[in-house]
Amino acid sequence: MQSFTYERAASAEQAAAAVAAQPDAKFISGGTNLLDLMKLEIERPAHLVDISRLPLDRIEETAAGGLRVGAQVRNSDLAADPRVRSRYPMLTQALLAGASGQIRNKASTSGNLLQRTRCPYFYDRNMPCNKREQGSGCAALQGFNRTHAVLGASEACIAVHPSDMAVAMAGLDARIETISPGGETRTIPIGDLHRLPEATPHVETVLGHGEMIAAVTLPPPPPGRQVYRKVRDRASYAFALVSVAAIVEKSGDRIRSARIAMGGVAARPWRATEAERTLAGAVASDGAFTDAAEAALAGAVGHGGNDFKIPLAKRTMRHTLAAAVESA
Amino acid sequence: MTETKTSGNRSRETRIGVIGRPIDRIDGPLKVRGDATYAYETTLEGTAFGYILGAAVAKGRIAEIDTGEAERAPAVLLVMTHRNAPAQPDFGPAVTPTVPEVFTRARPALNSERVRYYDEPVALVVAETFEAARAAAGLIKVRYDEEPGLYDLPAHVADAYAPKRTNAGFETDSVIGDFESAFAAAPVKVDATYRTPFEHHNPMEPHATLAAWSGNELTIHTSAQTLANFRAGVASTLRIPPERVRIVSPFIGGGFGSKLIAHADTILAALAAQVLQRPVKIALTRQQMFANAGHRAEMIQQVRLSTDTDGRLTGIAHDVWSATSSFEEYCEQTAVFARSLYAAPNRVTRHRLIPLDINRGEWMRSPGEAPGMLAFECAMDELAERLGLDPIELRIRNEPVQDPERGVPFSTRNLVACMEEGARRFGWERRNPTPGRAREGRKLIGYGMAAAIRPNYIGAATARVAIDRDGRVTARLDMTDIGTGSYTILTQIAAESLGLPISSIKVELGDSRFPRTAGSGGSWGAASAGSALHNACNALKQRILEAAASSEASPLRGAGATDASFADGEVRLGQRSTSLADLIRRIAPDGFEAEGSVAAGAATQSYKAYSQHSYGAHFAEVAVDCDTGEIRMRRMLAVMGAGRILNAKTARSQIIGGMTWGIGAALMEQTVLDPRYGHFVNHDLAEYHVPTNGDVPEMEVVFLEEHDDKANPLGAKGLGELGVCGAGAAVANAIYNATGVRVREFPITLDKLLPALPVIAI
Amino acid sequence: MAETDYRNGPTRRAVLEGGVATGVLLATSIPAYAEPAGAVSAAASAAPAPTMPMTLRINAKDLSVELDPRTTLLDALRNHLGLTGSKKGCDHGQCGACTVLVDGRRINSCLTLAAMHEGDEITTVEGLAVGDRLHPVQAAFVARDGFQCGYCTPGQICSAVGMLGEARAGWPSHASADVAAASVALTDAEIRERMSGNICRCAAYPNIVAAIRDAAEGA
Ligand SMILES: Cc1cc2nc3c(=O)[nH]c(=O)nc-3n(C[C@H](O)[C@H](O)[C@H](O)COP(=O)(O)OP(=O)(O)OC[C@H]3O[C@@H](n4cnc5c(N)ncnc54)[C@H](O)[C@@H]3O)c2cc1C
Ligand code: SF4
Ligand code: FES
Ligand code: FES
Repeated sequence: MQSFTYERAASAEQAAAAVAAQPDAKFISGGTNLLDLMKLEIERPAHLVDISRLPLDRIEETAAGGLRVGAQVRNSDLAADPRVRSRYPMLTQALLAGASGQIRNKASTSGNLLQRTRCPYFYDRNMPCNKREQGSGCAALQGFNRTHAVLGASEACIAVHPSDMAVAMAGLDARIETISPGGETRTIPIGDLHRLPEATPHVETVLGHGEMIAAVTLPPPPPGRQVYRKVRDRASYAFALVSVAAIVEKSGDRIRSARIAMGGVAARPWRATEAERTLAGAVASDGAFTDAAEAALAGAVGHGGNDFKIPLAKRTMRHTLAAAVESA
Repeated sequence: MTETKTSGNRSRETRIGVIGRPIDRIDGPLKVRGDATYAYETTLEGTAFGYILGAAVAKGRIAEIDTGEAERAPAVLLVMTHRNAPAQPDFGPAVTPTVPEVFTRARPALNSERVRYYDEPVALVVAETFEAARAAAGLIKVRYDEEPGLYDLPAHVADAYAPKRTNAGFETDSVIGDFESAFAAAPVKVDATYRTPFEHHNPMEPHATLAAWSGNELTIHTSAQTLANFRAGVASTLRIPPERVRIVSPFIGGGFGSKLIAHADTILAALAAQVLQRPVKIALTRQQMFANAGHRAEMIQQVRLSTDTDGRLTGIAHDVWSATSSFEEYCEQTAVFARSLYAAPNRVTRHRLIPLDINRGEWMRSPGEAPGMLAFECAMDELAERLGLDPIELRIRNEPVQDPERGVPFSTRNLVACMEEGARRFGWERRNPTPGRAREGRKLIGYGMAAAIRPNYIGAATARVAIDRDGRVTARLDMTDIGTGSYTILTQIAAESLGLPISSIKVELGDSRFPRTAGSGGSWGAASAGSALHNACNALKQRILEAAASSEASPLRGAGATDASFADGEVRLGQRSTSLADLIRRIAPDGFEAEGSVAAGAATQSYKAYSQHSYGAHFAEVAVDCDTGEIRMRRMLAVMGAGRILNAKTARSQIIGGMTWGIGAALMEQTVLDPRYGHFVNHDLAEYHVPTNGDVPEMEVVFLEEHDDKANPLGAKGLGELGVCGAGAAVANAIYNATGVRVREFPITLDKLLPALPVIAI
Repeated sequence: MAETDYRNGPTRRAVLEGGVATGVLLATSIPAYAEPAGAVSAAASAAPAPTMPMTLRINAKDLSVELDPRTTLLDALRNHLGLTGSKKGCDHGQCGACTVLVDGRRINSCLTLAAMHEGDEITTVEGLAVGDRLHPVQAAFVARDGFQCGYCTPGQICSAVGMLGEARAGWPSHASADVAAASVALTDAEIRERMSGNICRCAAYPNIVAAIRDAAEGA
C-alpha cells in the first residue's frame, strides 16, 4: 500500500471537490473493497477522502411511495430496515446473501455498487489484465474462468460484477443520485451505472472523477412476489456463481408482469428484458419459465470454464420464477 | 479442584480416572481472552518488520533487480536480495539420502538468481513499520529471463518416474500374487480413475517468525509443529550448531502439516536480524502461503477391484500418479493404506511422480489416506453397487484376519464394530440402495459411508518432570499444542500418574530448550509425548519412593512394602500414607526431577510384530438441490476405534475437525495451477474455499472403547488425522446415492453434477 | 509496453514487479556477486514514514498514538497498541479472525483504517471479560471446546457477541425463511449462517454453535 494523505470530508460537496482536485484521489466509504485492493496495490490512490461519516446514512420515504437510501447506509442496516424487509424483501435477501455479517456492517450502499470484480487475475499484479492495466491482455479469457461472464463480455475482459445488492436493485429499477464537484446533481438509472467492458474494461461506470453517489432511490415496490436466489460453491461467505432476482405479478393463472435481473453473469447486474417480455401475459407454467430462461440466456457465450453457467442460470431462473409464482 | 477424588471405572489403567475425562482445555481461558501469544505477537524492544517480495514468474532467472527506490523509501532499513543476502549452503539434491534429512536439510532463501517456483522470495524489505516495508517491496523492479516450465500433470503422465520411497519411508510399490490375471479372470470388477486436486493447508495463523540474535545465539519465535526439526533446519541453513538456535513456539494457530519445516519467514527473519543486529519479524501473507508453505499435490488415481460372485475381493490395485516438485521430491503415501485395509490374495499398490516447476508438497493432514481413501472408498462403493451388496456388507466380507500384506496380526482392529455401530446409530437401513430415488421437495437426499484407517505412529520422545516442595509439578518437553490439546492431555497424564489434582500440574511446551520429542505430526504427538511423560512420572515416583523409604525425615521410612500408590495427593506405601507435598518438603526441600523416554515406534519389537492402526466408519447424509446441483450436508456420524481416549472432549474436537476436512475435500477445496503461468490462481481465502460454519452440519462422534496394549504404555493411538480418512468418500458416496451421478474428479462442485442431473418438472 | 493485444498481452518476460510499465532500470548498479555476509549496510536514508496523531478509544480507554495513515485498525491494535488478541488470518476480509466490535457492531478490523475510527467505541476480545470473570460467550467457548488452536477464537467470540446483538434486534439472516418477520428464533441453522464470516480451519464449528446457543440461552 503506497502512501496517501487522508482527510475526513465535512460535507458531500466538499468531498466531491476534494476528490476532483487531485487526479489520484479516491473516496473511501466502508473501505472493505478499496483497502483490499490497496493492500495489493491494484488501487494506488495518493489521497483518500473519508466519506463514511457524512450524514448520508438515512433511509427516507419518498413522495412517490418509495425509499431513498443514503449512500452511507450500511448493507446490514439496509437489510434490516423493516420497510425494506416488508416492501423490498428481495433486496434484503440479496444483501443477506452477500459477504459476511462483519463486512455488511461496514459496507456502504455506494461502495457495494462500485466494488470491483473478483477476477483472480485482476487480483494478481503479475498477470496480464486489461482492467487493471490497460492493454496488458486478459489472462482469464483462456485461463481459469469458471467464475466469469457469459453475457455482455468482450475480447478485452470477461469479468463479472460481484454485487448481490445491485442485482436486486436492478430488478427494482433503482436510480442512483450523484453529486458533482460543482454541487450539481444527476440521477442515473441503475442499468446505466455500470459500463460493459467493450475495449475499455478499466472504465467501469459512467461516473466522472469526483462525482459522488449520494443516494439510491427505490421506486414504490412493484406488484408481485419478490425472490432473490443465489447459487454458490459453499453455503455462505462466497460470491455468486449465478443469482436471479425475480418479481412476478400474477393475474389468475397468467403472469401479468415480471422483472428479472441476474448476477454473476456479466460486468453489471443483468436485466433480463427478453425473459420479462416472454413472460408477460403467459400462463404461469413450467413451460413459460423455461422459455423465459432460454430467452434470457439466448445470447450467452461461455469461455470454457464457465460454460456451465449458461445451463445453471437457466435452471436457476426457472425455479426462481416458479418460487416467485408459488405464493404470488 | 478435586478431580482425583472421583474415580470412575477402576480398571488397571484408569485407576484414578483423570485420563479420559472430558475436562476443559487448560489453555482455554488464555485463548478465549486473547492472551495466548502466537509467534508474530511476541514483542522485543527494537523489532523491525519484514515483508517478502515473491517472483512474478515460475521458472527462470532474475536478469535485473533494482532496489534503489525501495532503499530510499521512508523508514526502510534493509533490502535484501540474492546479491547481498548472507551466504547459505546450496539447496542440494531433490532427494535426501535419508528420510529425517527432509526435515533438517538447509532451506536457503534469496540464495540465487534462479527462480524455481512462482512467488519464490526474490527480495526482503525490512523497515521500521509493517506499512513501510510492504510499500517499499512494491517499489522493487525485477526483470526476469523466463524459461518454459512444466505445470500440467495430466499432460505429462507419460513422463512419470518411480521414486525410491514414499513419504514416511514406505516402499514405493507393493506386489502380492498376480493381480493382472486375477483381475482379468474376475466375474465382477471395477476399474475407476479418480482425480484429486491441489489443496492447501491454510491454518488460520499464517507462518510467522520473530528472530533475535544475542551474540551468536539465535532465538526464533515461530509457529512450528516440531521444534527439533525446525531447529536443525535453521541451523543447517545458517551453518551454525543447533545448540545456538532456540525455537520458541508455545501456541500454534494450526499447522496441519504445513509447519513441520522452516519456511522463508523463518530463514529470512534470522538472516535479516543478523545483518541488522536487531530483532526482525516476518509473516507470510495469506497469498504467499499458497506458494511458500506447502500443499497437497494433484493426483490421478486408478483403483481396480475384482471379486468373485460373492463379493470376496480377488484383487486390489491402487495406482497413483502425483505431481511433485522438480527440485525437491515429495511422494505422498497415497496407496499405502490399501496394503492393510481389506483382504485379497492379489494386490498391487504403486506410486509414480510427475515433476512440475512448483514448490514441494508438504505433509497435509492425513497424508496418504486423505486423497487415497477419497478415491479408494468411492471405488468400494461402486463395487458394492455392481455386486448389489450393501457397502457395509461388502467391507465385512473382506475383513482380513491379519495384515494382508505384512502377514502379522493386528494390535487391535475394530473396523467391523465401528461400521455396525454406525449403521445402527445412523439409521443406515433407511438408505435407499437405488440412487436418485429419495426426494424431499426439490432436494435429492442421499446416504453414504466409508471406512477409515490410519496407521499408529510413535516418535522418539523424552519428557522431564519435576516436583517442588509444595507438591507442584512441572512437566517440560519440546512438544507443541497445535490445537490438538497437548497441554490438556499431558496435564491429565501427569495428574493421574502422580495422583495430584489438575491444578497442581503445570505443563510447559514449545521451547527447544526442553527435552526433545517428535512434536506434532502424523497424529503421533499424544501417544509419543504422552508415553514419555508417563514414563517420566513413573521415574519420578520411583525416585520419591526410594527416598521415602530411606530418608531419615520420611514418615514412610521403613514401611518395607512394595505396593506403593499415588492417589488423592497422598503417597501410600503398604499400610502407611502421607501427603505427597508434605513428604517432599521433609525429604527433599529442593524437590525431585526425573526424565522418561519412549523410542520411535518403527524401532520397537511391538511395531514389527503387529500391524497397528486406528479404525473408524464415517456416515454422511447430503441434500442436493435438483435445480442447481448445490450440495449441502445434512448430518455426519463417525464411529472410531482409536485406542484409549485421553480426553473425550478434545478427542471429539479432533474428529469433527477431521470430518470437516472431509467435507472440504469432497465438496470445495481445490487450488488451480495455471498451466500457462505456473501459479496457483485462487490463492486466497475468498477463492480457495474451506468449509464455513454454514457448511458443517450436526456431527456425532462415537468412540468404541478400546485399549491397545501393543501400541504404547498408554494404550492410546493417533486421532488427529483419523477423522479425515474416508470422511470425504462418505460424502461423495452420499452424493451418488442422492443423484445417481458419480463424479470422479474432486472436489464435487455443482458444475460437474449439473450436466447429468435430470430436469425435474416443477 | 510494446504489445497491446487484448488476448495475449505483453510478454511476461517484461513484467516488472513494481507494476510501473515505464520503469527504466539502472543496469550499471548491479554488482556481479553477493557481498559477504555482514557487509550489508542499512539503507542509506531511513527517513521516517509520515504519521498522523490520533486518539482511539479502545476497551473504554483513550489511547493517543502517532500512526502512519496506512495503518489498519488491526495493525494498530497488534503492532502499536500491544493488543494482540485480535488476529490476522488473511488481512483481506476473508476469514473473520480480526473481528472487533465498533460501537457494538462486529467488523473486520483488517479492512478499515485506524484513522477512520477516531471517536468510535472499540471493543476487542481483551475488553470482554470483567477481571477474572469471563464474558458468558467466552465461558461457553471454554465449556463447549469451541476452538482447538485458538487462533480464530477471539474473532469468533467478538463476532458472536455482535451477532447476538443483531439477533436480539430482530435482524433477519440468509437462513431466515421470512425476512419480514419481526423477530428471529436463533436456531442452529441461524447461528451457523450468521457465524459463517468466521473461518475456523480446525473446524470447531459444531462446538462453536453449541457454545453460542448456550450463551444465547443464558445457560
Ligand atoms: C471476503 C469478501 C466477501 C464478499 N462477498 C460478497 C458477496 O458475496 N456479495 C457481495 O455483493 N459483495 C461481497 N463482498 C464485497 C462487499 O460487498 C464490498 O466490499 C462492499 O460492499 C464495498 O463497500 P464499501 O463501502 O466498503 O466500499 P469501499 O471499499 O469504501 O469503496 C469501494 C469503491 O467505491 C468507491 N465509492 C464508495 N462510495 C462512493 C460514493 N459515495 N461515491 C463514489 N464512489 C464511491 C470507492 O472510492 C471505491 O473505489 C465481499 C467482500 C469481501 C472482502
Ligand atoms: S477478465 Fe477482466 S478482470 Fe479478469 S483478467 Fe481479464 S481483463 Fe482482467
Ligand atoms: S484478518 Fe481480517 S478478515 Fe481475515
Ligand atoms: S480454533 Fe484453530 S482455526 Fe479455529
